[in-house]
Amino acid sequence: MLRLIQLELQKLWLNKISKILIFVSFILPFTVLILSSIKINFFGFFTLELGELGIFNFPIIWHITTFFASYFKFFFAIVVVSMIGNEYSNKTLKQNLIDGLSKKEFILSKFYTIVFFSLCATVLIGVATFLIGLYYSSYTETSIIIREIDFLLAYFVKLVGFFSLCLFFGMLVKRSAFALGFLVILYIFEWIIFWGAFEVFGNADTAFKVKNFLPLESMYKLIDQPIQRIIMTKFPDKGDLAYDYAVHWYEIAIVLGWTALFVFLSYRLLKKRDL
Amino acid sequence: MEPILTINNLTKKFGYLTAVKDLSFTINKGNVYGILGPNGSGKSTTLGIVLNVVNKTKGDFHWFDGNTTTHDALKQVGAIIERPNFYPYMTAEQNLKLVCKIKGVDQSKIEEKLGVVGLLDRKDHKFRTYSLGMKQRLAIASALLNDPEILILDEPTNGLDPQGIHQIRQIIKDIAAKGTTILLASHLLDEVEKVCSHVVVLRKGEKLYSGRVDEMTSSHGFFELKAEKHQDLLNILENHSNFGKVKIEDDLITAFLNEPMSAPDFNKLMFDKGILLSHLVMRKESLEEQFLQLTDDLETNQKIA
Repeated sequence: MLRLIQLELQKLWLNKISKILIFVSFILPFTVLILSSIKINFFGFFTLELGELGIFNFPIIWHITTFFASYFKFFFAIVVVSMIGNEYSNKTLKQNLIDGLSKKEFILSKFYTIVFFSLCATVLIGVATFLIGLYYSSYTETSIIIREIDFLLAYFVKLVGFFSLCLFFGMLVKRSAFALGFLVILYIFEWIIFWGAFEVFGNADTAFKVKNFLPLESMYKLIDQPIQRIIMTKFPDKGDLAYDYAVHWYEIAIVLGWTALFVFLSYRLLKKRDL
Repeated sequence: MEPILTINNLTKKFGYLTAVKDLSFTINKGNVYGILGPNGSGKSTTLGIVLNVVNKTKGDFHWFDGNTTTHDALKQVGAIIERPNFYPYMTAEQNLKLVCKIKGVDQSKIEEKLGVVGLLDRKDHKFRTYSLGMKQRLAIASALLNDPEILILDEPTNGLDPQGIHQIRQIIKDIAAKGTTILLASHLLDEVEKVCSHVVVLRKGEKLYSGRVDEMTSSHGFFELKAEKHQDLLNILENHSNFGKVKIEDDLITAFLNEPMSAPDFNKLMFDKGILLSHLVMRKESLEEQFLQLTDDLETNQKIA
């Protein structure tokens, strides 16, 4: 396993563009996180300190950082599709196989790398959130700190799931740009399914339940938007704002199911294909 | 003889097109084999199948004694297919390090093999800056990293300038001299003739011949003759049972042998008959002539059938 990760890391690390993208996907969420945590003075007109809003309190901070950090996954998604696209356009995939890498090992080396980067991203966000939380949070009891730490798990699963989807699209169309295009098509397709379900069942709630099973939506649903929750904390008496934002086991199970399917399908595609 | 690769009734179809048809042959240790055939005769497809990048439709093949999986066997094989494929943004050395990791061999061989192909001074240059000849030589270095049992080369001199072709052929000869089994696919007869001891001839995915290069046709060669007594010579040739076809071009007579006969024996016979030859050359058909004969025969047979 280590050998397969090493292989892939060498391929990525020596490539200037993917190196930059990996840096960006790690550094950018950090910078945003740190910038938002410091007091910003807008030319003396007013000072903005997001910490004052209470969003850096435990346990809600886990929810907020993982939600916003997950938007930066698109940078690494480009790396994932290009690491497949490049193997095809350089014909190095063929050469790798001739040199003695099996098709299974090839897919696994990509998948392990995805897991490895997702893990790194999760650990980094985890540590950063923990430190910022310690600094700003009004509550620092251990039980409160770790209460919603399952958002980190959701973040990890979300990244692995999304990158596996990219891996599959990369294998399917062999070209990086087209693979990213497929993501957009899938996004639209999921809304069409939603519309179809709405026509059939006649109400939006059931239609959303159907959509929750689809790849992109199921990944999005892992970490629900935290805005409503922030507002909720400001107006605790408004009962109609309440919603279910927790991470559920079945949401994780659906995404893991898609992940397994995408990795398996990538392997099947490669196995069937004549290079 | 120790078999390295055995192919049994291998067939590959791309849709309606049959690229390889019921192909069987065996490659034994220590020989230099050529796969010869015009473009599109199924050479690369056959190699692709045994190298695990093309899926076979029917038949089977196995490496070595049949007890190693293809995946493990490929680690003892060195192969270059068509164009050299490397990561353009890595240097030669980095590319070879990657190959070492894939094959699971130590990186200490890199310097040595780069030396073999004469690329040591360019090892820190990026692959994309290489000329085609250098790329091809790097590919050979890469294929040699694991000191392979067999080296497979698919059109290794395609697209190279004469100097590059010469360099590559010299490298191949040096490797063969060290006892490495070589399988060379080519449409260049001259190349196969210069390098190989055995040959498999393919045409439209079918095997026409497999065996030693010098036994490719049943021909025993031919004499090119000139003599003062032109007509007498012709009469003798036409009546002698050893000779078949006789061709005449101006005063040059070309007589094809049906039975083996040495030049001294023939010369003596002529002398006894009172004919003094002014020109006597015994030749075998070049591989090119044999190859054309082989493919032509088949075509005529097919037309008759």
